[in-house]
Amino acid sequence: MEIDAFLLSRIQFAFTVSFHIIFPAFTIGLSAYIATLLGLWLKTGNPKFHLLARFWTKIFAVSFAMGVVSGIVLSYQFGTNWSRFSVAVGNVVGPLIGYEVLTAFFLEASFLGVMLFGWKRVPPWLHFLSAVIVAGGTALSGFWILSANSWMQYPAGHEIRDGIAYPVDWLQVIFNPTFPLRFAHMMTAAYLTTAFVVLATGARHLLAGHRTESAKTMVRMAILMIALTAPLQALIGDFHGKQTAIYQPAKLAAIEAHWDSSRPGALVLFAWPDEKAELNRFEVSIPGVASLLTHGSMDALFKGLKDFPPEDRPPVLIPFFAFRAMVGIGVLMILFGWAGAWLWKRGTVFEARSWLLIAKHSWPAGFLAILSGWFVTEVGRQPWLATGLLRSKDAVSPVTAAEVAISLALFVFVYCVVFAAGIVLINRLVEKGPDEISPEEPPEQPSQRPLKAAQAPAAAIFGDGRPGDDKIQPAS
Amino acid sequence: MEWYLPVIWAGLIGTAVMLYVVLDGFDLGIAILFPTTREEGERDQMMNSVAPFWDGNETWLVLGGGGLWVAFPHAYAIIMPAFYIPVILMLLALIFRGVAFEFRWVAKPRHKVWDFAFWAGSTVAAFAQGLILGGLIQGVKVVDKQFAGGPFDWFTPFTLMCGVGVVVGYAALGATWLVYKTEGPVAERARRQAKMLVPGLLAFAVLVSLWTPYAHPRIAERWFTPSNLMLLWPFPVLTAFCGYMAWKRLHGAHEFTPFAFTIAIFLLCFLGLAISNYPYLVPPGLTIWDTAATPAAHVFVLIGVTFLLPMILFYTAFVYWTFRGKVKADAGYH
Repeated sequence: MEIDAFLLSRIQFAFTVSFHIIFPAFTIGLSAYIATLLGLWLKTGNPKFHLLARFWTKIFAVSFAMGVVSGIVLSYQFGTNWSRFSVAVGNVVGPLIGYEVLTAFFLEASFLGVMLFGWKRVPPWLHFLSAVIVAGGTALSGFWILSANSWMQYPAGHEIRDGIAYPVDWLQVIFNPTFPLRFAHMMTAAYLTTAFVVLATGARHLLAGHRTESAKTMVRMAILMIALTAPLQALIGDFHGKQTAIYQPAKLAAIEAHWDSSRPGALVLFAWPDEKAELNRFEVSIPGVASLLTHGSMDALFKGLKDFPPEDRPPVLIPFFAFRAMVGIGVLMILFGWAGAWLWKRGTVFEARSWLLIAKHSWPAGFLAILSGWFVTEVGRQPWLATGLLRSKDAVSPVTAAEVAISLALFVFVYCVVFAAGIVLINRLVEKGPDEISPEEPPEQPSQRPLKAAQAPAAAIFGDGRPGDDKIQPAS
Repeated sequence: MEWYLPVIWAGLIGTAVMLYVVLDGFDLGIAILFPTTREEGERDQMMNSVAPFWDGNETWLVLGGGGLWVAFPHAYAIIMPAFYIPVILMLLALIFRGVAFEFRWVAKPRHKVWDFAFWAGSTVAAFAQGLILGGLIQGVKVVDKQFAGGPFDWFTPFTLMCGVGVVVGYAALGATWLVYKTEGPVAERARRQAKMLVPGLLAFAVLVSLWTPYAHPRIAERWFTPSNLMLLWPFPVLTAFCGYMAWKRLHGAHEFTPFAFTIAIFLLCFLGLAISNYPYLVPPGLTIWDTAATPAAHVFVLIGVTFLLPMILFYTAFVYWTFRGKVKADAGYH
């Protein structure tokens, strides 16, 4: 493989986007969690929710800053490193990014100021509203970027003239066939990822002997979220996979390491795919199951890579292994979440040391699953940048390999320094925990008096609300 | 339609870039002035004066870059590779400055390194922006609608001068912002600095105004053709007037007007550069029409802009209003 501007630009984009995706995925989920906490506080008046909201807002601020600065890099890289992509599909993809900036970026960035600094400046309801707007803004940002990405996976609503894409039907462009499921898959992944970080934080403090109501609340809320969304995510992923069979059969063949078309297709559990020899080594497979899972029938044809000309095939190794990593983590998430729910129901979850110990170390689970998933879908899209329209190698900018080599080295250096520092600092905040970090001052009472009836169901989930549960009692 | 859509878009992107320059200009400016005090409390105060706004301000840069891609993909595809090194430098610098806003507080009391990152990131970002601006004015080598120059074409005495000019200009914006938003020693020092920085900014404006027509006949022709000169003479006169007013008001007790007049200087310089180069988006060869996206894309996003831009301006104003007044010692959430 020749070391040229193309290869270096690919490595640079993969590196910068992989670093970036961690932070938006986390902040999409975390902003929703903070908005939920503030809403619960307004509703119940229980100060523990305020304590937790303040705590997570600090972590949110650090994460959001890292997401913003690493995201700007990407929006400029389309031009610096992939300028022919910008021209070839700019008429169609450009406006989607334009709408992302106009509808989401300004919204998030502006109300973030109110959310971070407005605790005393604005009334509680307006502060809550700002948190909701930030959460909505992050989700809206996900909407547009996933729409643009899905269009590249399977373009629709356009026509080609002289090698340049022109929009024909904007609704078809935005809601292109693979977009709805990919969006649902990504958003669920974001919420699930955040739930594991919250869970790990709560577990860490419980294990350290800080048996505070805030730590318990984090664990309870996270279990609820994981037990519900982890299986949901598996379901969405299954639909998404079935759809890939229709729209990107070559990608699916790579994911499953199928070289020859087969009827019915076997499910390859493990193998070492050999791309040169076009076969699998050390294969362990279950006959028929791939066809059953993908097409719902044991007689369905499962397409193999040899059905596609060699120049149109994606690499096999990365999609194959990354997919197995993602699914493996997903299955463990479901089992672990349900185990937690079962322990909670028995009333022993806060004493279950081994479960809490796993929980404490589970925080990277979501991030690893997300990165694996993105490697599956992006590498599986190769050799195309926009499937069927533009090959990656035809999209690179007229820049020299030396320029890209220098910028890549700088990105690796800067990201390692800055993001390592970020993780150390976030870890420091997590270590201190909500009870130490949030100031002693009792929060202002929300204007609305809590209603006993409304409080009851919330108390059942988030805490029994017995006197002595919290350090600060709501003034009544 | 084919004719005026690119004009509208050029106006919109110009507005976005202008808003970016003014808004992030004072953010970057206060950071450029960071080393002029060693007092931690004063640095806190300086940073807090922009902390609620910086993220929104930087978003105009994303709109400028993104908008250029949406509306003029050919220009975007030429400018970005042509200024590959300064653009990457700017992005890396903005990373350091952006994270410093949060890291500095969490890292306390060991935050010195993030003070440095805040200053260096902002200074390098401002300098790189000046390089890109200067490089664009001096022109880009294009063959077949593609960048055809070398990686260091932008590296000339003129662009280096523009780089320094932008750093000085942002520092002037930052200093007058501090006069407006802070009180006590921070405001007093900023006033002293602004008295030097505003004339400095004007000096660079004069330098660019002399250098560009001298080096580029098309710019000389634009300004000094008698019929044009009749229309354009108010620009230099107004700029001189604003500079004088900013300087004079700094010597009085005024707090807001120096900042306003400094913004006006930036606005006039920006308009002046637009007049020099219109209708070229990638001088010397490509106009806004040569580089425009398809009208369908222009219209589609323009519909959104019509509703969304007023909303954005409205809630941006709301945030500034929420955090109005002088920065108090307890302004931070930290």
